[in-house]
Amino acid sequence: MASAGAQTSSEYIQHHLQNLQLCKTDAGWVWNECAGNFWAINVDSMAFSVGLGLGLSILLRHVAKNATISNPGKLQAMIELVVGFVDTSVRDTFHKENRLIAPLALTIVAWVFLMNLMDLIPVDWLPGVAHLLGVERLKVVPTADPNITFGMSISVFILIIFFSLKVKGIGGFLGELTMQPLSPKELGVPKILWPLVMAFNFILETVALLAKPLSLSLRLFGNMYAGELMFILIALLGLWQLPLHFGWAVFHILIITLQAYIFMMLTIVYLSQAHEAH
Amino acid sequence: MDLNATIIGQTIAMVLFVWFCMRFVWPLIMNMIEERQTQIADGLAAAEEGSRSLEKAEVKIAGMIDEARTQGRDIVDEANTRGSGIVDEARVEAGRERERIVTAAHAEVEQEVNRAREELRGQVASIAVAGAARIIAKEIDAATHKGLLDKLAAEI
Repeated sequence: MASAGAQTSSEYIQHHLQNLQLCKTDAGWVWNECAGNFWAINVDSMAFSVGLGLGLSILLRHVAKNATISNPGKLQAMIELVVGFVDTSVRDTFHKENRLIAPLALTIVAWVFLMNLMDLIPVDWLPGVAHLLGVERLKVVPTADPNITFGMSISVFILIIFFSLKVKGIGGFLGELTMQPLSPKELGVPKILWPLVMAFNFILETVALLAKPLSLSLRLFGNMYAGELMFILIALLGLWQLPLHFGWAVFHILIITLQAYIFMMLTIVYLSQAHEAH
Repeated sequence: MDLNATIIGQTIAMVLFVWFCMRFVWPLIMNMIEERQTQIADGLAAAEEGSRSLEKAEVKIAGMIDEARTQGRDIVDEANTRGSGIVDEARVEAGRERERIVTAAHAEVEQEVNRAREELRGQVASIAVAGAARIIAKEIDAATHKGLLDKLAAEI
């Protein structure tokens, strides 16, 4: 707890879990006094997220532009490995023709992985540097901020709705929401009771539909938040933090990779379902 | 966990990054990989073709070697035949030559012998005449007794 100073443990933990926020109030733009204001921006999350995304894009563009067929370098081989892995995952799950899914999956898996990877930087390093530069709050892991994970899952959700409407049409999509799992036709209920069954179906299916982005984002957020909390707690343990931090970091490598993979895979599955008519 | 406008910012960022990847990264890498796969498949096919033509060539070469060997044997046989023919011819020729040389030598020797004999005969005649003259101590008219002397010389 290098920068903790005279803080109590709970203050230390609290401090590490707060985002650097910027919002506009009646008194102009203010830092960190934005509770309850929707139009606040988590500057640290956005900065790390966009920074990592930019870095990733530049790296991928660099490799893609300089890619050679007969003489691939080590970097190119690594990127090709990831691209090939994503491509295989997409082809195994998604059988329709869609130019968006594979690049989307690649961006998600690589970007989420990089954002998760920030968790492996010792918890006090970057906030310590920020403290020296006069910034009092800094939360380093973007995916431990629900805004970031929701931002991504909502994008996926919009794509789910878009492709459902595009492939099945409005009628097909509404039919999917109202005519299953209980089909009024097969149940043999009189026509007058159909709206009742359909309303029941609609409630079930809407919950199922909304659960997709919710579970997608909360799963990632929960894992990363809990992981970061563990690192913070371990950082409170004095000398014992060294072996414990190492052990948890090794275990966390697995979580980081797994969560990135799960986010990508579920995105592919959801979009694949959106393309399939029932 | 308070939700705020960061969601919107992250959504915009994601749209941009995904668009970038879809537009500028994925097609390039994928095309490259597919092109390489084609090249590898072509290369393997070419290697297959190459080994097959190698096999064919080996069969052809074996045939050619056989043919060459037969031809070589024929040539050697012919050469042997011709060689022995030449040797025989030469032998015959040499025999004839020997015969001729021997004959010529014989004739020469004979001629030499005859000439020596003639010379000897002449000398014997004059010796006989001189001897007879000395023994008889009486001049014999060589002209008168030439017929007698010639007869004597021929008898020797």
